[in-house]
Order: sequence, then C-alpha cells, then structure tokens
Amino acid sequence: MSDIVEKTLTALPGLFLQNQSVGGPAGVKTSFSSRLGGLVRGITALTSKHEEEKLIQQELSNLKATVSAPTTTLRMMKECMVRLIYCEMLGYDASFGYIHAIKLAQQGNLLEKRVGYLAVSLFLHENHELLLLLVNTVVKDLQSTNLVEVCMALTIVSQIFPREMIPAVLPLIEDKLQHSKEIIRRKAVLALYKFHLIAPNQVQHIHIKFRKALCDRDVGVMAASLHIYFRMIKENSSGYKDLTGSFVTILKQVVGGKLPVDFNYHSVPAPWIQIQLLRILGLLGKDDQRTSELMYDVLDESLRRAELNHNVTYAILFECVHTVYSIYPKSELLEKAAKCIGKFVLSPKINLKYLGLKALTYVIQQDPTLALQHQMTIIECLDHPDPIIKRETLELLYRITNAQNITVIVQKMLEYLHQSKEEYIIVNLVGKIADILVLNTVDTYAPDNAWFIQTMNAVFSVGGDVMHPDIPNNFMRLLAEGFDDETEDQQLRLYAVQSYLTLLDVENVFYPQKFLQVMSWVLGEYYYLLDKDTPEEVLTKLYKLLMNDSVSSETKAWLIAAVTKLTSQAHSSNIVERLIQEFTISLDTCMRQHAFELKHLRENVELMKSLLPVDKSCEDMVVDASLSFLDGFVAEELSQGAAPYKPHHQRQEEKLSQEKVLNFEPYGLSFSSSGFTGRQSPAGISLGSDISGNSAETGMKETNSLKLEGIKKLWGKEGYLPKKEGKTGDETEALPVPQESIIMENVDQAVTKKDQCQVLTQSKEEKEKQLLASSLFVGLGSESTINLLGKADTVSHKFRRKPKVKETKSGETTSAHSMTCSYFSSSSNATYEDDYYLDALQDRGDKELNKFSLNSELLDSESLTELPSVEKLSNCKLSSSPSLFTDNNMEGFHPSQSTAPSVAPETSLASSLLEETSEHMHSELVEVCHNETISVSSYKIWKDDCLFIVWSVSNKSGLELKSANLEIAPAENFKVRQ
Amino acid sequence: MQFMLLFSRQGKLRLQKWYVPLSDKEKKKITRELVQTVLARKPKMCSFLEWRDLKIVYKRYASLYFCCAIEDQDNELITLEIIHRYVELLDKYFGSVCELDIIFNFEKAYFILDEFLLGGEVQETSKKNVLKAIEQADLLQENSPSIVLNYCR
Repeated sequence: MSDIVEKTLTALPGLFLQNQSVGGPAGVKTSFSSRLGGLVRGITALTSKHEEEKLIQQELSNLKATVSAPTTTLRMMKECMVRLIYCEMLGYDASFGYIHAIKLAQQGNLLEKRVGYLAVSLFLHENHELLLLLVNTVVKDLQSTNLVEVCMALTIVSQIFPREMIPAVLPLIEDKLQHSKEIIRRKAVLALYKFHLIAPNQVQHIHIKFRKALCDRDVGVMAASLHIYFRMIKENSSGYKDLTGSFVTILKQVVGGKLPVDFNYHSVPAPWIQIQLLRILGLLGKDDQRTSELMYDVLDESLRRAELNHNVTYAILFECVHTVYSIYPKSELLEKAAKCIGKFVLSPKINLKYLGLKALTYVIQQDPTLALQHQMTIIECLDHPDPIIKRETLELLYRITNAQNITVIVQKMLEYLHQSKEEYIIVNLVGKIADILVLNTVDTYAPDNAWFIQTMNAVFSVGGDVMHPDIPNNFMRLLAEGFDDETEDQQLRLYAVQSYLTLLDVENVFYPQKFLQVMSWVLGEYYYLLDKDTPEEVLTKLYKLLMNDSVSSETKAWLIAAVTKLTSQAHSSNIVERLIQEFTISLDTCMRQHAFELKHLRENVELMKSLLPVDKSCEDMVVDASLSFLDGFVAEELSQGAAPYKPHHQRQEEKLSQEKVLNFEPYGLSFSSSGFTGRQSPAGISLGSDISGNSAETGMKETNSLKLEGIKKLWGKEGYLPKKEGKTGDETEALPVPQESIIMENVDQAVTKKDQCQVLTQSKEEKEKQLLASSLFVGLGSESTINLLGKADTVSHKFRRKPKVKETKSGETTSAHSMTCSYFSSSSNATYEDDYYLDALQDRGDKELNKFSLNSELLDSESLTELPSVEKLSNCKLSSSPSLFTDNNMEGFHPSQSTAPSVAPETSLASSLLEETSEHMHSELVEVCHNETISVSSYKIWKDDCLFIVWSVSNKSGLELKSANLEIAPAENFKVRQ
Repeated sequence: MQFMLLFSRQGKLRLQKWYVPLSDKEKKKITRELVQTVLARKPKMCSFLEWRDLKIVYKRYASLYFCCAIEDQDNELITLEIIHRYVELLDKYFGSVCELDIIFNFEKAYFILDEFLLGGEVQETSKKNVLKAIEQADLLQENSPSIVLNYCR
C-alpha cells in the first residue's frame, strides 16, 4: 500500500497549482472552503518568510474582523475556524478566535459543531480557563438523542476536560456504558480513562463497571477498557491478580484468531490488543510465581504463533520477550525469548537491530552470557553510522562494565561524548562515565591513578557546567577520604596536583567553572605533596585565574580559598600581598570579605596554621553548635537589661507591622558564600548543597563523629570496598585474577567456534574487532555475575559509603526519618545531643532551645563561622521556638507513647491545619506518629506573646473512637521555664 | 502517546496533535527541534530517536513525515504500525492520499485521527469500524438533520 501512496505522492508536485481535487472522492472535495484553498495557494506562491508573515497577519486581521462581526453566519464562522486552525498551525497566534470556537460548538448545527469541537480540541489545553465555558455544551450534547452529537461530546471529553468539572458529566458518561451502540460505549470507556488519568479518585467508585466493559461483547469496548486496566495495574498490581485468568483467556482467544477478521492487521490477529494484554500480564506476573504460572502457556503460544516476517509480528515478539523476562522466570520460555532476541540483534533491518540492543540492555543483568553470544554484533554496532544505535550500544556496555573492561568502555563513551552536541545527551553520558568511575568505587575498577585522573579531567572538561553537581563533589570526597592504603592515596593526590598544574600551564584554554573549582580545591589541599619550599608557582597561576574576567565569582571564592590555604604554608609572598591589595577594594563584597580575612589571618601565623592544618579535610570537626560557652555572657547581658534575642522571622514581622512602607532590606542573606573562609570552605560549599537545610543531619554529624570514623574503606589494586562489603569484596577481588585467563579462554573459544568457517577469510579488521571484543567482554562469564550483581546493587545505592549524605539529599524523608529516630530516642531517655534535631517535635529541651536562639543571634553578626553552624542558623529560624525569654505562656503536649506502636518513616500529612491558625505564623505540620487507626501530628503557632504547640490527633479508620487517652509521658522531660 | 506531528520535507507542519498539556511556546520549541532533527537523518537510519526523555518514532511517506512521541517503555514497533494504520485510513478515505489532500482537508485528517486515536491511546483497531464512524458523521454533513436521525437508527 505504501508503495502506491509513494507513487501518487511523487507524481503530484507538478499538479500542485493546477487542481487540488486530484485523487479524492468528489463528495469530499466539494465541501472544503475555497477561501482556505486560496490561502494555502497564496502561501505556497510566496518566496520569503517575510512575505508569508505579512500575508498571514493580513489574513488574521481579516478573520478577526469577520468573527467579531454580528452579521457573520455560523456557516461562515465554521469556515473561519478552519482558516484559524491553519494559521495557528503555521505558528501564528489566533487566540482571539478561541471563544468563537466554543460558541460554534455550542450553537452550530451538526456540521458546524463538529468543526467547533475540533477547533476547541486543537486550540485549548486542559488547564485553559475558557474550557469551563464548554462544559454546558458538553452536558447538553451528552443528553442529546442524536448519536453523532453524543459521539462528538464524548470525543472532546476524552481529549480535554477541566478536572474540577468532572462531577458535572460523570453520571451522564456512566450511563453511556450501558448504551446500545458499541461506539458510544467505547468512547465512554475512553472518557473514563481520561478521568482516571487526571483525577483518579473521582472514578474510583466505578471500578466495578470497568469489569463489565472488560467483558463487553464488542471487541472495541473490551480493547478500550484494557487502557484503564493497564494504568490501574501499573499503579497497584496486587489489587488485580484475580483478573489474570480473564486476561489470559482473552489473549488466548486473540492469539487463536477467534476475533472478527476486521481486527486483523496484515493477517495478524489484533496486534494492538495482544500487545496491551502482554504488557498487562508482564505487570501482573512480576515477582509472583503463582500468577506467572498461569500465563506460561499463552506466552509460549504467542512466541510460537508470531512467525510471520512482518514488522507487526516483531512488535508482538518484542513485547513477549519483555513479558517473559519481567515475570517469574521459566527456563524454557527464557530460552525461547533469548533466541528471539538473537533474531532481533542479527536482523539486517536497522529498526530490529535497535530493539535487539534495547532488549539486551534490560536482559543483560539477568543473563550476561547473552552479551557474549552477540559480542561481534555489538562491536559492529559500536561503530555504526547511526548515532542512535551507537548510543544504545553504549548503554548496553555501561551495564556490563567491570574491572577488566572499564578502560575500553570508558574510552568508547568518551569518543561518543566528544562527537555529541546535544546537552541532554552530554549530561546523561557524563553522568554514566562518572558513575562508573567515581560513584562505583565500591567494587571497581580504575586500573591506575593516572588513568583515573585523566579520565576525570576529560569528563570535567567535556561535561563542564551542565553535569550533575554530585560528580565533582563525589570526586573531591573520594580524593579526600582516600582508600585504605595511605601511600596509594598520596600518589593519587599527587598525580592530580601535577596534572592540574600542567593543565593550568596551557595558555588560552578555558576550563568549565566546575572543573576550576575542583582544581582549586585539590591544589589548595594537596599542593604540599609536591614538597616545594614555596607555593609561589601555583599562587601565580591562581592569581591569574582570579584576575580573569571569564571566571565566575563563585569559582573565585574557591580560588581565594585555595590561596588562603596555601598562604598558611608560605609566609611571605608578594603575590598574596598584591592579591590582598587588589581585592580589599573589590566591588564584589564577597571577594572583599575573603581578602580581608586573608589579610588578618596573615598577621597571626600561628592561628592561621591551626585553623588551616595540612591534610585534615576529612577530619570531623567538633563544633559546639549550641555555643554554650557564651551562656554566661548572655546571662550577664540579660541581667544588665539587654533585650532578649528575637529570631529573624519575628523581627521581620515586627518590622512589617511597624512600617508598612517599602522594605529596604535585601531579601536573601549574603553569607552563603562569604561566611566561610577556613580551609573547609570549598568543601563546605560542595557539601553544603547536600547538607543545607537539615540541622538534624548536621547535628548527627557533629555528635556522632566517632561513629563516622569507624567506617574504614578497603582498597587494593583491584577494587575498593567498605567494611560491610568485606565478604563479597573478597570474593570479587580474589576471583578475577585466576579467572581472567579462564574467561579469556572461554571468550576465545566462543569466538573461534562461531567464526570457524570464517577463519580463512578473516581480515585484519575483523581481528581488531575480535581483540576489542575480548577486551570488552572479558569477565562476563557466569562466575562474574557476582561482579554484575554487585554493580547493579551499587547503582541503586550510589552513596552507600556515605549513607548520611544521601539522606540529606532527600530532604523530606530524612527529616521525617530523623524525627522518627528522635522520637524513639526520646522515649528511651533521650540524650542531650538528640535534642538538636528533636526541636521540631518536643520542646522539653528548652534549655537547648535557648541556646539555639542565642546561637542564631550571634551567628548573624559573626562572619567567621563554620559552615555547619550556618546551616544550623537557617534551621533555627524554621524550627526553634522563638525567644523563650519572653515566653510566659507556653503550652505544649507530649504525645502519648501508647498511641504510637509503630512510627513509619513516611509521614503523610493526614490531618490538616486548623483553619483559624492559618492567620498566624506557624510551622509545617509534622506527623509525629501514627498507626492504622490514629495519627498524631504537631505544629507550632507563634502568636504575639506566646508559642502554641498543637498536637492534633486524627482518626483515620472511620470507626468511632470510644475514648481517647492522651498521656503526657515523662513529665520531668517537659517543663516550661518562665 | 504524547503527541503526533506531520510535516513535509521542507519542514512545514501539516498536522499536530498534542495529547499532553503544553504551552504554545513549548509546543513550538519541540516542533522546531524535532523537525530539524528528523529531517537531518539519513534514509537508511533507524526510525527511532531518543530525544530528551522521550522516544520519537517517525516514518516518511513520500514527501510527508509522520512523527510520534512515546515514552521509553512503550513499544516502538507497534507505534510504527499505528502510523501505518493511520496512513491506510487516510488512503482509504481520500482514495490514494497525497500531501495535498491533507493540506486542503486537514480538518478531515483530524477527524479520522480522532476516530482512530483518542487521548493518546488507540481507540479502535478495526479499520472498518473507524471508517464507518467517519462516514456516518460525513453523511450528516451532506444531508439535512431529519435524514440524519433516520440514518442513525
């Protein structure tokens, strides 16, 4: 068929301007407007974009006049709409016509209504405000006795409908499920599908009716209901296991050709329905042996029946393979599926090859030997002219990376990276390379220091500033923490320093900002490893960068931090003096601040040295975040009549109420980059992004510093593991060495077997490919599955070595989690430290809170502070109670421990804020604890003179609560200080 | 399916159908980028594209490119067949279809598409049923309402 179309179409350009009614039935052609024809022809005759724009603007202003003229008939309006759609398709704004489209749908006769609805569906999106005006029309048409009107209404509802108006039409559409015409039933099902997508809870009550639709005698209606089921099963597969039998039966019927011949497509029975069913079965059978057993037969049959050499059978096969690999495995089926994948991979058709690679990519983790079988094809695809195929191959290789093939694979990835221009691809690929290199250091792979650093250099230069911020952060952490072998670590650092110095030597090269930041941190920290007397040389380089206009001010902060660190090692340096001179008059306040700090530090060398010790970036700092040493001072001041501290928000509130004029205060606080000057600063920045806004985490860091130190890393030539992984680590480390040769042999054998007949004709090129293959697929034997599995594991726990950092990243969960911890710990006689992150929950540690407030007050003026405290500051504002000094009316409750048998880490905000409280300043609602029936949440309200802590207890079960017993547990933990 | 675009070899948009709510600006940007990318591809290349986080499935029929955006877990091959089925429907309706039919009767092409795909999902897989639905609605247009009602019963 396509050939005929092709012929007709190629023959046509010549006829273009003569007569447009070629090739269509006469009836079709007579109805279209000659005006549109005129417009289209007018546009084609034009030569420049400018002329086209002029013509369309002219046309649009004509149309605008016509549609708003009262004399315009609906018939003319319909014709105008068609032209408006056309103009909008060309990219011009026709929004003045939207309202008229709605009118046309409302007032026109059938013929005009149809165009009106079409225009609405093309012009508006589902959040458009004008859409509300359509609701009435839809309701009217749904009630019409004319089938066509009902169809049109259902069609528009299935495409766009305002979510909040669903109740207005829902009963009408539900009725249509019983309609005698199958087309109406089918469209009604699809309309409900749409509702399920945009407002799932609104259609929950009709799930039983979906079952009826699934059993409908009309195939079309049944097929439509599959869309809903697919969606619902995807969301919750366990709720629909009982339907597995029905789906299997339907699939059996379809595969067996029991459906009407109409549904055949190129003599394949109902491929769309088959595929939809296969996808549903795949979801149902996932990790469920019993359900999976029900479908083995039909899957086998599907695989067998799909033998015709046509695209559509391949589509079914592909879906079958996918399903077979998603459900509980059965060896026979897996074997057949693997054969199918082979068919795809080896196919000369490029589309099938692509899908073969795609299938391999998701199968590879279950069955790495499959990659061995197809290694030659994979190698060929690696040099395929089509970048899409190449990319898919790289994706596949990424999944099979191990210690032996890492260099080859990373090299291939870098090659691709250098060719690609699209940002999305670069970000993606850089992430993957870094993933292999940095994040997976648990059991990989980098063969030696030089390679590692050079590859990271390439990643940083290409990935530049689009890459994920985790990459440079993790890289620096890796360098800082090092591995178990100290000399090895020093060598790695030394190499990094040397390589960066060489890079900075090159003239007229611009490195991405992130790369410069990494460089400046590494140079600042580890330059001493070079064992030179003075760091004059590197200071010159940093100075040059600091004077460079193309360097961003954020990077400059990193640079000057590096200079500060180096200065503590070199006492007198002209460059540093020059630098101080330049920057103490800098317009950039942040830089000026840094320069002054440097200047003052230089005057006290001893202090500077103790502040910036060499090679201590990993040491945990003990920070007295509560600033308890200032207690006496504060008490004294208070007794002398000093004003008590007020937190930031309260001060602002007061200010606002005092002067309702312009706010001259700048909005953000600027210490985000100026607050740190110590040697910690760059690392502080990087980690800051991780930690920020979570005092709980910081608190833990400080107080549990001993625990952190306890985690040791293991590092050997082959790999490097945290203690926990000790066992598996030993295996993987021990195995590769003896295995290597065996596997190599295996590979060689496989290759030779496969290519025995071709050996004679084997060209040099092929030999090269085989060489590449053996280097790529090394370590893919069955034993090395440990490796692969291990890797899969690490992918999902990228931050296993530092679980805390990971926690900080996912803000909400963490805070919820830490609250849980704190809750538990509080019930078991809480310790002083726990209260740091407990403040959001229990206010028994009011002493601590005092300190918090003090803390933040002092920090406000203090510029030379440690980062963690800065973090704390922002948190204090959020959660610590304001000015307990003024507190003479503090009310609070402690949750009864008996009501909290289980505390889930996920807090759902079941109960909502009381309405009247919303006018006051209040904290976030936090669920303290809950079980199946009850949940307790807390939040705080700050009023003018007091702090309320509100505990709301909500009943989730719907059962009547006979009695509630609120116990305020350990009373001594809870006191109010005046 | 997220959206479907039809455009000519010259890069002129002939038909657009969006199944996800996007602003006009985004639509224009996506269209421009995609048309460029697809037109730059050589004929022997794969019909699938990874574009941002979407999969693009496209096929050329004479001077017209049909281009669909699907999600990663969707089946690319069956999407190709959706395109083909749509072309078959157009062909059957217009009687060997050509680009001009679609230019001058694009509203008809939309009507057919709406009977075949609804809200981004395949609505009716039987060719006969789709055409029957279109014909019914078309007949109405040519006749007076009274006859219409008779026809429908």
